[in-house]
Amino acid sequence: MIEFHLNGRPQRVQADAHLSVLELLREQLLLTGTKEGCASGDCGACTVAIGEVTADGELRYHSANACIMPAHQLQGRHLVTVEGLADGEQLHPCQAAMVECHGSQCGFCTPGIVMSLFTLHEEQRLRPSPLTPERLEAALGGNLCRCTGYRPIRDAALAMNEMPGHQPRWLDNSSELAEQLAVNVGEDLKNEDDTTFHQPHTLDQLVTLRSRYPDARLVAGGTDLWLEQTQHLADFARVIDVTRVDELCHIQPGDDGEGRQGWWVGAAVTYANLEPLLEREYPTFAHLLHRLGSAQVRNRGTLGGNVANASPIGDTPPVLLALDARLRLTGPSGSREIAAADFFHAYKQTELAADECLEAIFIPARQFEGKAERQLKVWKLSKRREDDISAVLGAFSWRLDDGCLRDVRLAFGGMAGIPARAAGAEAALEGHAPNAEAFAAARKALAGDFSPMSDVRGSAEYRSHSAAALLERLRLLIASQSATTSHPASATTSEEVMLHAYAH
Amino acid sequence: MRTLTELPPVTTAEQGLQQQPAPTQASGSSFSGASARHESAIKHVTGRAAYIDDLALPADALHLAVGLSAVAHGRITKLDLAAVRNAPGVVDVITVADVPGHTDIGPVFPGDPIMADGEVLYAGQVLFTVAASSHRAARQAVRQAVIEIDEMPASLDPVAAAQAEDFVRPTHQQLSGEWEQALTEATHIVEGDQFVGGQEHFYLEGQACVAHPTEDEGVMVHTSNQHPSETQKLVAEVLGIPFHAVTVETRRMGGGFGGKETQASPWACLAALVARRTGRSCRLRLARSEDMRVTGKRHPFHNHYRLGVDEAGVIQGSDITVIGDCGYSPDLSDAIVDRAMFHSDNAYSLGAARVVGHRARTNTASNTAFRGFGGPQGMMVIEAAMEDIARRVGEDPLTVRKRNFYRLDRNVTHYGQTVDQIALLHELVENLETSSEYWRRREEIRQFNANNPIIRKGLALTPVKFGISFTAQHLNQAGALLHVYTDGSVMINHGGTEMGQGLHTKICQVVARELGLDLERVRITATRTDKVPNTSPTAASSGADLNGQAARDAALKLKNRLFDFAAEHYHFDREAMRMEDGALVAGLGESEQRIVWGELVQTAYLSRISLSEKGFYATPLIHYDRATGNGRPFYYFAFGAAVAEVSVDTLSGEYQVDRVDILHDVGDSLNPAIDIGQVEGGFIQGMGWLTSEELRWNDKGQLISQGPATYKIPTYGDLPETFNVRLMEGHPNSMASIYRSKAVGEPPFMLGMSVWCALRDALASLSDYRQSVRLDTPATPERVMAAAKAAREAAGTAP
Repeated sequence: MIEFHLNGRPQRVQADAHLSVLELLREQLLLTGTKEGCASGDCGACTVAIGEVTADGELRYHSANACIMPAHQLQGRHLVTVEGLADGEQLHPCQAAMVECHGSQCGFCTPGIVMSLFTLHEEQRLRPSPLTPERLEAALGGNLCRCTGYRPIRDAALAMNEMPGHQPRWLDNSSELAEQLAVNVGEDLKNEDDTTFHQPHTLDQLVTLRSRYPDARLVAGGTDLWLEQTQHLADFARVIDVTRVDELCHIQPGDDGEGRQGWWVGAAVTYANLEPLLEREYPTFAHLLHRLGSAQVRNRGTLGGNVANASPIGDTPPVLLALDARLRLTGPSGSREIAAADFFHAYKQTELAADECLEAIFIPARQFEGKAERQLKVWKLSKRREDDISAVLGAFSWRLDDGCLRDVRLAFGGMAGIPARAAGAEAALEGHAPNAEAFAAARKALAGDFSPMSDVRGSAEYRSHSAAALLERLRLLIASQSATTSHPASATTSEEVMLHAYAH
Repeated sequence: MRTLTELPPVTTAEQGLQQQPAPTQASGSSFSGASARHESAIKHVTGRAAYIDDLALPADALHLAVGLSAVAHGRITKLDLAAVRNAPGVVDVITVADVPGHTDIGPVFPGDPIMADGEVLYAGQVLFTVAASSHRAARQAVRQAVIEIDEMPASLDPVAAAQAEDFVRPTHQQLSGEWEQALTEATHIVEGDQFVGGQEHFYLEGQACVAHPTEDEGVMVHTSNQHPSETQKLVAEVLGIPFHAVTVETRRMGGGFGGKETQASPWACLAALVARRTGRSCRLRLARSEDMRVTGKRHPFHNHYRLGVDEAGVIQGSDITVIGDCGYSPDLSDAIVDRAMFHSDNAYSLGAARVVGHRARTNTASNTAFRGFGGPQGMMVIEAAMEDIARRVGEDPLTVRKRNFYRLDRNVTHYGQTVDQIALLHELVENLETSSEYWRRREEIRQFNANNPIIRKGLALTPVKFGISFTAQHLNQAGALLHVYTDGSVMINHGGTEMGQGLHTKICQVVARELGLDLERVRITATRTDKVPNTSPTAASSGADLNGQAARDAALKLKNRLFDFAAEHYHFDREAMRMEDGALVAGLGESEQRIVWGELVQTAYLSRISLSEKGFYATPLIHYDRATGNGRPFYYFAFGAAVAEVSVDTLSGEYQVDRVDILHDVGDSLNPAIDIGQVEGGFIQGMGWLTSEELRWNDKGQLISQGPATYKIPTYGDLPETFNVRLMEGHPNSMASIYRSKAVGEPPFMLGMSVWCALRDALASLSDYRQSVRLDTPATPERVMAAAKAAREAAGTAP
């Protein structure tokens, strides 16, 4: 039994563990306004808004792809669909703006776009701030439209806050709704034996369930796992949801036991919740999150999922390798901490034992032990700038100490069966001045570090050449930075070596 | 006794029936030319617009799924479906042996088996169909099939196929003048090869249909479909029943773009088959990855060009060969390759020319219509050549383009049609040249590039001249059916279908304008084969041109009948009679007399005057003789031009489109907001085709870019930050089209070429604009990076 609210009204439904929110809406509840465009979380036609009560009791909404969200994760949430915004002919401002700006043509993507606009409208209502191009892209990048070319949708986003319009009644009763939802959140562990979808609230419960059901699938955001259901038609017999485990949902300042300060990021912390920390500490990493997935994906996908999933490309693991991050794995016999580099064994094979869970990821601070500040650059190459999977991703970290490169870590995704560091290229740079000779040696060594493959995202030749090109970019960037320090007036800028829309 | 409904007071009625929260410009002006909003806009934004998968079905309805071949070419040696039949929820399983009527559903020429018949012709071909109690159950059952296929060599290279003369249709040739001599005598020869990639339609709503069994032996089919009449024909033939037993309805599509012209029919045929066999309603919708594997796409083309130019870069002679990769069957490829040939000149005179078009057969899905219908692939030849010529003669590409434009002494195409409205082309380009500040920006970009080793900027202005009409002459006809009811509400039906392009809105505007009514009075419903028969596909940008004329014809006939009636009944002067502001008006000045619409209609009804009318239209003047490759295939041309500016990271191949300016010709617009929407959407779609949208097959001929994770259409961030789009004003169509407007569906698609040309311009800067570098499409970062490397090597400059 799932208890949640739908467009302001309480709902109780029975559902199989594998059912998605989209299937629940369209097939069980016969609400067909939410569309299926791809069933893989890539097009946004199924975008819905999920209302969640925050720690301070406020009901806040985020966008999500209904096609790859497990229906059971609606427990204690407020699900808002396109049917929930208008009251008869009284349109919500975001709907009115779409009509006014001619924002729909065929109309099939429109419900999803309306819901992305709705969550943006809510953000603006509660915390107004300028609608910069970057914010609009962050809000709308996950909704494909094949007809309009997006200009009228941009206009609608810019116009909606000035549009006369109607607020749905449930929005006026937010605090009441929040109280009702809070009650339902607690009702998850009853009848544990009857359920096939488990929602533990503590790490102990999670570890117990993991041991009891070694064949169960762990789910957090579902942004990858649920594709097995929609694309390969897998019927998951049993699923354990980690997103309600308190310990997994927080970011804790701390050290890694080896003297480095930093943060332990719970494995179920979403990209969206990780972003403010990264924005402060590693803006290049934060920028990557925007190219890794759409808002709908960032709102649900987790750093832990990206690591445990062990995709050879997986955008964040190379960054974690470059930062020398550590992972805390927890099982019935307790926790252990390992270097991120030791986690990935082979294609889709990891250090994680059958009864273990990834609990947290340690991200070190930029600066510690009085050493020169660690630099980080993350550059992703893909066919499309937004919401695409990398052909190659390079994550480079180094310190510049007395004019020499130290602690050089060059990690790549897409170059091997696992995310991996380029040992030869690192050795060619370590301890050297960042000059053309050292980098030429590094590029040469890189050719020996990897033998990439050809696939739909790029040829082996392209991968090799572009990975080397990223090293050359690194050289140019370091040169421009030191020029900026020594001769600020005549210096080249980083804008001259890379396009900032792609690379920060 | 039946009484007539009480009419509302005139003032309220004429103010419009709906109170909308938002619209200012959107509300009910009756004039065509006004920016009325899309007739379904409110339904779109509230989720109330129903698509096929949203239609409620009877409780016992069946859901269909198709079993596909993983092999590109081979002979089926085993198709064991026992486990499929026994899978949970399965009710029926059919193969080609279960088809009572025709098994070949080729739309124009034969060659498309409804399900594989012994031989498998492409990976993704339908082998069998499963009907089950749910969509998921049907799809899961499909996986239980035991299939053995004896693999045969697959043809996957269209160039090799062309060399082996393995064609789906015969080669066609267009000749004009002494082309060989012109090439011999030319100052420069510019020659090149080019690969132009295909394109997945990626309509957001996949292929879908519902078939209900009806009384007698018939079916009622609801389908997301650009060509209901053809589906009606094919369903009837497959079932072996008369056409009048089949009704096909299309309310709206969630995008079409050509992908539902012929490719929507197979699903309707399969659903109709099972509906007749089981007596139950059937729904068939393709999951995205199935849709992408099964259905044809825009044709990839391999082009070769050899042009002779004079010292100024003006083309004297041309020898152009295009090879369309047609896939396994003819489908519409004959006309598509023809259109590529017709457009290999774009806006330029080819001089004395030979243009040859091959239709290569490969073991891939049968490629099909897609916005532009071969035209874009043909134009890419000459736009590539313009850049090449410019580098050769050391002039700016825009200068070379303008020198080569059709002009009064060079105004006949290589297929013998005289280009009308040449002054419009020149004026439009000059207007855009000025408004986009082309020359100032050109200078800035040259300076920028001189100072930047890695990031290079490129700029290009490209024109579009696109021929309007179906090149199959008989398709240039349309019908409409107009009903007026006794409350004064008007219902119009026509043969065109609504796929988002706003056709229904425009047709309502035409009828409202003719009858002098507010737009709210006129409603349109689904396109149905039992209302308007024997229709043409909604394709070739012709929807409003053809159906607008047919609707106008119906409205004019009805209006004249009402005028005759009013002259007799009210003794009004027939001469100056008109419909305006919701009334019939007769006389002028003080002698003006008015009968409001509702009263007129009721009086006419009581006087036993028919309030229903049908309209018809056939485009005049057009003809084309394939034997001579000569004629006037197009009623008129639509023009446009775009200027794109890009920044390219020549190290990584990444790039961004910084600014785009567009000026486009739609004659006198029927609806500027809708037309702007077509221009912008077409541009972005065309840009996607040439940049990020890459179809990839593996060496077994299996499509590996089969979903949005691997096939990347433009997204929000690809919208240029500066995007100035205008419609050309003051140039009504020179031909008598509907209210002197012009077709707008396809022509703007080709404005996207400006982005590709700007990329080549940026790459040319690596050789100080002395050489042009080959850049096949889509110009992914991978291709741009390789081209930058090649450009530097050719220029002898280190990276």
